[in-house]
Amino acid sequence: MNLTLRIWRQKGPEDKGRMVTYPVDDVSPDMSFLEMLDVLNERLILDGEDPVAFDHDCREGICGMCGLMINGDAHGPQRGTTACQLHMRQFKDGDTIDIEPWRASAFPVIKDLVVNRGAFDKIIAAGGYVTAPTGSAPEAHSTPVAKANADAAFESAACIGCGACVAACPNGSGMLFTAAKLTQLSLLPQGQPERYTRVIGMVDAHDEAGFGGCTNAGECTVVCPKGIPLNTIGRLNRDYLTATTKGAGNTPGS
Amino acid sequence: MTKTRSPIRSNVGLKAVMAVTGILLVLFLIAHMLGNLKVFTGETSFDHYAHWLRDIGKPLLPGVWFLWILRTVLVVAVVAHIWAATVLALRARAARPVKYAHRKKVRGSYAARTMRWGGVIILLFVIYHLLDLTTGTLNPVGDPGNPYGNVVADFAPERWYVTLFYTLAIVTLGFHLRHGAFSAFRSLGQQTPRGERRARTAALIFAVALCAGYLVVPFAVLTGLVS
Ligand code: HEM
Ligand code: SF4
Ligand code: FES
Repeated sequence: MNLTLRIWRQKGPEDKGRMVTYPVDDVSPDMSFLEMLDVLNERLILDGEDPVAFDHDCREGICGMCGLMINGDAHGPQRGTTACQLHMRQFKDGDTIDIEPWRASAFPVIKDLVVNRGAFDKIIAAGGYVTAPTGSAPEAHSTPVAKANADAAFESAACIGCGACVAACPNGSGMLFTAAKLTQLSLLPQGQPERYTRVIGMVDAHDEAGFGGCTNAGECTVVCPKGIPLNTIGRLNRDYLTATTKGAGNTPGS
Repeated sequence: MTKTRSPIRSNVGLKAVMAVTGILLVLFLIAHMLGNLKVFTGETSFDHYAHWLRDIGKPLLPGVWFLWILRTVLVVAVVAHIWAATVLALRARAARPVKYAHRKKVRGSYAARTMRWGGVIILLFVIYHLLDLTTGTLNPVGDPGNPYGNVVADFAPERWYVTLFYTLAIVTLGFHLRHGAFSAFRSLGQQTPRGERRARTAALIFAVALCAGYLVVPFAVLTGLVS
């Protein structure tokens, strides 16, 4: 099939950037979205032009590196799917496809479609870890965990840190990511010692990075490739309100 | 790490402020609606109720004290609610300085999308409403001794535009609460999927009931049921 792509091109962080139109012919419906961009880039290189920069690594939906706003949808039109796992059969011959980077002040554009998601690392550094020595995998039933908690923690642990939740949020909020990284620990026994200092640290880091606040609009959970549910944010809210009213201090990891 | 800002100013804390103040306002709205429905019990009963409001707590508190305490609480709640809403709206705007060239309409509910402008409409209505039926400035009768007469004059058929504005404001309030009532539970820590479904259903039923309760009064006057 033949497509018209309109892609955000930006030479560097200081460049103003603009949408540029590229026709791409003979696209196979079996290609992944990133393979289609590879085809375009090979042609650009042969023509002596600068190829389109985009992030990717595993190309199998687990690393969280890829992230494109495709026709206004974070990760494209297919739900529960990262951009790298999206296939061209989701599009029709003759389609025009707009491709933009994630837009958030906390995610500055480095080049073209690549953004700096270092703000997520700062949120993790502010509390997204445990200090309990876990060692090698223990006997499964030596520390009992309620099934509901284990399931919810596992669901949260599926977050790959792609940033689609921020990209789609009308408030540019990173709450779904922060809540996922929080609950994967706060629901398990290993996460209890820092439970309340962790939430304060992570919410502070979230706010400081310049993300907006959550209005429970629910856009994040729609685009999340791992289907992290919206109620995860309620868990964060509850832990935060408990921690701050208890005066649990503000030293993550202590 | 040092403390960066007071917890109340965090994105989570501000939403908790909105939730608590919103719930206070909702409690008032319920009481106010039940009071309005007294209009169906006749003129004397309604006027008696309106005057009684000024006397609550009489032996303990002198004169209209109770009314003033209530008014103070409500004003503080409204100011805090709007303050938090404004800070959050400004932060949300700053969080996305470059807009998308291709942006789909937000998929969440209409109610969730219109919280901010809906709030502004409600505020404008409340100001008008106070000038109309509390101070009487904008009321055709405007007699503080005759609340029933003020209400009937307000929604007379030839003043259809008043009824129209009133209806629009109440429907806007209904949408605000359809999302807001659910959102308040979430902001205060509602955390399970099942609870979320319940909270959303409860918010919808509540919003519809509240709208109906407020709208029967003007439509009863309009159709001559109350005159
Ligand atoms: C009768 C008056 C009002 C009532 C009963 C009310 C009630 C509520 C409730 C219960 C919430 C949910 C709080 C939360 O999500 O935690 C809310 C949110 C909100 N309200 Fe109001 N409100 C009223 C007036 C206003 C006014 C006058 C404004 C603005 C000028 C406003 C703007 C907002 C905004 C922007 C939100 C945030 C929506 C969100 O974050 O999801 N409200 N309101
Ligand atoms: S919550 Fe979902 S959308 Fe957000 S970073 Fe994690 S996987 Fe990506
Ligand atoms: S490239 Fe790893 S998730 Fe898409």
